[in-house]
Amino acid sequence: MKVKKPKIAVWKFASCDGCQLSLLDCEDELLDVVGAVEIAYFLEASRATVSGPYDISLVEGSITTPHDAERIHKIRKVSKYLITIGACATAGGIQALRNFKDVKEFISIVYANPSYIETLNKSTPIADHVFVDFELRGCPINKYHLIEVINAFLNGRKPNIPTYSVCMECKRNGNVCVMVSKGTPCLGPVVQAGCGAICPSYNRGCYGCFGPKETPNVFALSEHFVKLGLKSADIIRVLRNFNSYAEPFRKGSEAYER
Amino acid sequence: MKDKVIKVDYLARVEGEGALYVKVKNGYVVDVKLRIFEPPRFFEAFLRGRSFMEVPDITARICGICPIAYQMSSVHAIESIFGVKPTRQIRELRRLIYCGEWIESHALHIFMLHLPDFFGYDDVIQMSKQYPDLVKKALRLKKIGNEIVRIIGGREIHPINVRVGGFYKVPKKNDLKKIEDDLKWARDFCVEAVKFLAGLDFPDFEQDYEFVALSHPDEYPFNEGRIVSSKGLNISVNEYDSYFIEEHVPHSNALHSSIIGRGAYFVGPLARFNLNFDKLSPLVKEVSLEIDFKPVCKNPFKSIIARAVETLYACDEALRIISEYEEPENPFVSFEIKPGIGYGCTEAPRGILYHRYKVDEKGIILDAKIVPPTSQNLKMMESDLWKFTATYLNLPEDELTWKCEQAIRNYDPCISCATHFLKLYIERE
Repeated sequence: MKVKKPKIAVWKFASCDGCQLSLLDCEDELLDVVGAVEIAYFLEASRATVSGPYDISLVEGSITTPHDAERIHKIRKVSKYLITIGACATAGGIQALRNFKDVKEFISIVYANPSYIETLNKSTPIADHVFVDFELRGCPINKYHLIEVINAFLNGRKPNIPTYSVCMECKRNGNVCVMVSKGTPCLGPVVQAGCGAICPSYNRGCYGCFGPKETPNVFALSEHFVKLGLKSADIIRVLRNFNSYAEPFRKGSEAYER
Repeated sequence: MKDKVIKVDYLARVEGEGALYVKVKNGYVVDVKLRIFEPPRFFEAFLRGRSFMEVPDITARICGICPIAYQMSSVHAIESIFGVKPTRQIRELRRLIYCGEWIESHALHIFMLHLPDFFGYDDVIQMSKQYPDLVKKALRLKKIGNEIVRIIGGREIHPINVRVGGFYKVPKKNDLKKIEDDLKWARDFCVEAVKFLAGLDFPDFEQDYEFVALSHPDEYPFNEGRIVSSKGLNISVNEYDSYFIEEHVPHSNALHSSIIGRGAYFVGPLARFNLNFDKLSPLVKEVSLEIDFKPVCKNPFKSIIARAVETLYACDEALRIISEYEEPENPFVSFEIKPGIGYGCTEAPRGILYHRYKVDEKGIILDAKIVPPTSQNLKMMESDLWKFTATYLNLPEDELTWKCEQAIRNYDPCISCATHFLKLYIERE
């Protein structure tokens, strides 16, 4: 008997393509994945498209234009499950740095004819616009997380994705804490695990690719940064990276603007 | 000949989002527009006020496919301000991580994005049913490129280990030795692939291009060199702004570059091959000459061969670097922060990537300019489409549309980069 394969679509908004590339980077698993599911819409990989509805829509990128703010609603309507992948789709991404400034000034810095550019004042995560079934974090996402999430949704179970901090992974790697031993500012205590604590393993502090963990105490960490000698401007910069618009980091950085 | 409009709303198998519009009137092409609607992300604006140390981490996020290129151009630009001279071993490690990115990016484009066109498949998944062995080998090649980036950079996409002055941590010789056998396999597969790709059917299409690439006296260019062209340009990187201009056109969120007074130019693997053939390693030259692929090749469809030749070179060069590698004492060279303006230009997989930064006495970015390879190729792609569409106007609509898409994919356009770019419209009226 021929079983109908679940249909997966991959959608892109403002982003660097890195998170959807993670799917193509599953070199060992790719042919098995495409054997188990029907890749119905994935423009980075194929010119063939199959119309919806789709069982799973993977959404990369943030909403930054009026057109995209409408497009995401159409995607939600044709998707059984909508899963956002990466820091842009779950927190607004690095381009959300505009949210703290005047976007008109930004346009005029980059483009000679600002009137040609259509853009919104803020770069916002997908969940600000439509219901999202699962948010997969990371800049970029961990490709094994992606396979786990697809697998979980296709099998009707909860994805097994850690919500604890980078510190847990760092300890498991047997690293010496860079903040305690060298005084290097590290966001690890407030950032969700997922990368494998690579930065501390390479002698540098975590800079927050995976966004805030569950119940992060950003203020306590910021105060510790002050003791390490960071000025307000430094703390604002540290908290304003790829997940700057995620609420705990946004509030944390704004507290130092006063 | 009827009037018509050829439109592709969302160009596939390119990185990022763009559309193509071609208008045909009375049997003549009257308009060609590559419309880049990838939303702008304003990197040059929000880099202002950031610390120089953050620049390689931030600019990597312009592109998930070639983050190393952004990290390399930015660290070289900033190092030129502070007068940092990386040691030989740091220089070699940078070359090695760039080899990894070329292998990963080129393998992705050759086999997964470009080759399906030549066989008439929509994608690599369809192609894998007919050519399972080839696709598996291509995936293994790509993985080996990614593995180099992962070992040195910490991870494949947005690596974390590149910094101004060098690296946060350098790999042990044994870490690199582990991939030697894989790389030897990759080199053998690339020899096979170059010969196989040379046998594809290529449209008979040439233009009198101005090819632009870096050129270095002793080596095939990655990180250093002068900017040279096939029509006599020979300038240092800090003269870039005097010879190249970026224009903002209404139909695009990507700026279009041209050479002042001359117009469109061509960057990327074919340009590098044409301008630097003599710097390739003996094995790579031998394989190229065996298939009669030598400069000057003016057929953009053969860029797939140039890309494969470069992948072979990257494997060969990576093996050389690994065998000569000695772990440096310090992972980075120390320096003093100074105010000033710095320029960096390196060879991204898709062509030259230019960065310019102005920093203050604390190393805070006052001004940034980034010119990605795809925006440098945009004008050339439009020019190819004018000529190419005119030649094939008698083809059925579907076939013509697909051919136009192929003409664009020759350049391996990265639209995410170009906006810091494809849909096809062919309108016949």
